Amino acid sequence: MKRLIFLITSALTLFFLPLKGSAQEGSLLDILGKDEVTDYTTNAFKSSRVINGHSMEMISEGTLDFRILHRFGRISDGFYEMFGLDRASMRIGFDYGISPNLMVGFGRSTAKKEMDAFVKYRILWQSKGSKNNPVSLVWVSGITMNGLKDPIGNPEVPVTLSRRLGYYHELIIGRKITDRLTLQLSPTWVHRNIVDNQLIPNELFAVGFGGRVKFTQRLAFVWDYGYVINRFPGNLLANPLSIGLDIETGGHVFQLHFSNAVGMNERAYLSDTNGDWLKGDIQFGFNLSRIFQVKKRPIE
Amino acid sequence: MLVCLLLPAAYFVQAQSKYFTRTGAVSFNAEGAMDDIEEVKAATKTATCVADQASGQMEWAVLLKGFQFKNALMQEHFNENYVESDKFPKATFKGQIDNHANVKWTTDGTYPVVVNGKMTLHGITKDLVAKGTVQVKSGKPALASDFFVKLSDYDIKIPSVVGTKIANEIKISVNANLEPFKK
Repeated sequence: MKRLIFLITSALTLFFLPLKGSAQEGSLLDILGKDEVTDYTTNAFKSSRVINGHSMEMISEGTLDFRILHRFGRISDGFYEMFGLDRASMRIGFDYGISPNLMVGFGRSTAKKEMDAFVKYRILWQSKGSKNNPVSLVWVSGITMNGLKDPIGNPEVPVTLSRRLGYYHELIIGRKITDRLTLQLSPTWVHRNIVDNQLIPNELFAVGFGGRVKFTQRLAFVWDYGYVINRFPGNLLANPLSIGLDIETGGHVFQLHFSNAVGMNERAYLSDTNGDWLKGDIQFGFNLSRIFQVKKRPIE
Repeated sequence: MLVCLLLPAAYFVQAQSKYFTRTGAVSFNAEGAMDDIEEVKAATKTATCVADQASGQMEWAVLLKGFQFKNALMQEHFNENYVESDKFPKATFKGQIDNHANVKWTTDGTYPVVVNGKMTLHGITKDLVAKGTVQVKSGKPALASDFFVKLSDYDIKIPSVVGTKIANEIKISVNANLEPFKK
């Protein structure tokens, strides 16, 4: 019996000895207790856009993002059009970060000579630590204005400013799941003040599915799909799907991609005629983003 | 029995001999050879430090995301591409003051010190020797040091495109006004 107790106590001592040893070697900093810091998730996407649609990322406070979006023609146009390279459609825009959670932007597209402007606000920022938020919630509201001389094409309908306008609102729910993988979902509502005919709804409801898989610090695969829920059945519009690569070179972010969408704002890529991926009605395109620090930040 | 009585007393004495801060200042300058408009400098005032007067040991920890740059994009690149602060959120230093018997922590004066220790950054731990001072003013010690580290030692790669803008050997300055630690 005594031997047994001895054995058990020595076994226990041996078991706890290394634990005690390591506890004594603890860091001096342990006396300060746990840090009360919130670690906000950054770089869920390289840019404030996935490809066409907004991403869960914001641009930093006081920075100006000069964005040139370029889409070539359709690959299915064939050799005569050099597989689309002879044609081009563009959007030139500027975004500005007012605060860490608020940014605004505007741009003009060659398609429909359309102007667009938006406000983007981060309601919730994914974080861990003292504050734990599993997702980021970002709201975007925008307005678009058709700039064509004759935007309606029907002499019986007089052109008014209101008939040139469209609106969109979306809520982005996004999560950087791991360092490599980010996914986001964006319920979107597009309203057009005028549509081609009575059968086409003025309101379009869509859900965006965007994501990123990061290969290296400077290279990532991105995709962006918009599923339109109430599209008029049997029409020729295909849902916009874009896939591409994000390449970061320092000051610039290049996004190279293939997409069946021509439009470069939410109203345009969700409601305008898009090509059919399976028929090769897709275009090569790139987004170029250059960030400038406008507001001085004191560091000390 | 005696041990039981002495143990808390010993602990009490030891606790009294420690100094700390949560607002230590750390800054660095990684200005490269190329004379550029953009400064590659950053600073933070959120470093934590504990120094033990009895043993001459000290430890530092700083959150890399706390570093503020003048240029927001540079800050993003620092976190994302260089120090990878999501994977390695903190830089730490654990060291021993060589001649700590010479430092009189409660007597006003400036005491030059050499600290030998190990710095961990970007998941890599390297030996580091830093010269600095312990300056005691109205009974409160302040630590200050400038030292150099090589980014290549910590496997922080500078792409050749910006190779002339960012120095491989960067100057780090630390300053901390310590308070006595009371539990």
